[in-house]
Amino acid sequence: MLQSAATIRLSPHNPQPTMLTFEDFQPGRFGTFGPRHVSREEILAFAAEFDPQPMHLDEEAAKRSMLKGLAGSGWHLGSLMMRMMFDGFIGRTASLGSPGINELRWPAPLRPGDDLTLDVDVTVARVSRSRPETGIVTFKCTIRNAAGQILCEMVSPIIVKRRADAEAII
Amino acid sequence: MRFFEDIEVGARRELGSFTFTSELIKKFAAQFDPQRFHLDEEAGRNSLFGGLAASGWHVGSVCMRLLVEDGKRQAEEQAARGETVATWGPSPGFRDLRWIKPVLAGDVISFASQVEALRTSESRPEWGIVQARNTGTNQRGELVFSMLATAFVPRRNNGV
Repeated sequence: MLQSAATIRLSPHNPQPTMLTFEDFQPGRFGTFGPRHVSREEILAFAAEFDPQPMHLDEEAAKRSMLKGLAGSGWHLGSLMMRMMFDGFIGRTASLGSPGINELRWPAPLRPGDDLTLDVDVTVARVSRSRPETGIVTFKCTIRNAAGQILCEMVSPIIVKRRADAEAII
Repeated sequence: MRFFEDIEVGARRELGSFTFTSELIKKFAAQFDPQRFHLDEEAGRNSLFGGLAASGWHVGSVCMRLLVEDGKRQAEEQAARGETVATWGPSPGFRDLRWIKPVLAGDVISFASQVEALRTSESRPEWGIVQARNTGTNQRGELVFSMLATAFVPRRNNGV
């Protein structure tokens, strides 16, 4: 799996970080991750467990639906996006979790066999007022299929620890 | 499931509850969100969550599951009364999702859905758009999860 680590723009203060901190997230394009292949079996398994609607489980019913063919659950796509974020950078980020999602859109359906790529942009990075040892980094995440169609767009903040020495300097 | 014309703002459905066991929390996290506080009790205790915590995507996905099950119950009730059951469309997305408090191993979360707004679709006259606030409340009565969901719902007679 291509992790595209080379496309991550690293802070000049932390050129080869073992753990990414607040300082490593500056507004602008952060990185591109994937591709992640999604099989029909995965789509059916997720739908059976979490979203058992006919448009996610049954080919014929799906054809008659607005989605015009078998389509993955939006929650499956969101969960896959989380996993791509984890594999791409969250797994080596001093993340304390997320308070929520400002907005998420599913403009086009996830199809069996899709190869997903994830673009991650930082829209805002600010120090937390209530917990000054942390920062709040707002990400815009965009998932596209191989044809370049946008399948999911999300704006969501994540709480990230600041580097301990950053506080000493300030 | 109801048609757009039969849905009223303020209508509320209790969707049922779900127990987030440590096994289910870890199973979901291993697949989709393997951050340590979602996989390991000790790491969870040392995190802001204060215990092994379910991935927020797990909480949202369980809410979806209970929404679908509630829809099936509604459809069965309607069929028993001889009413025509509407097939709801997909969701174009959601807004204002908040993970207000952690969902920890053993927590029992009760979900509910309340209609907040109704509008017709300009581009798809045979569909209406329902906006509903979906919430999750734990066994201590604390609100833990909230989101403003949107779904396409068919209009009677294709909106003609």
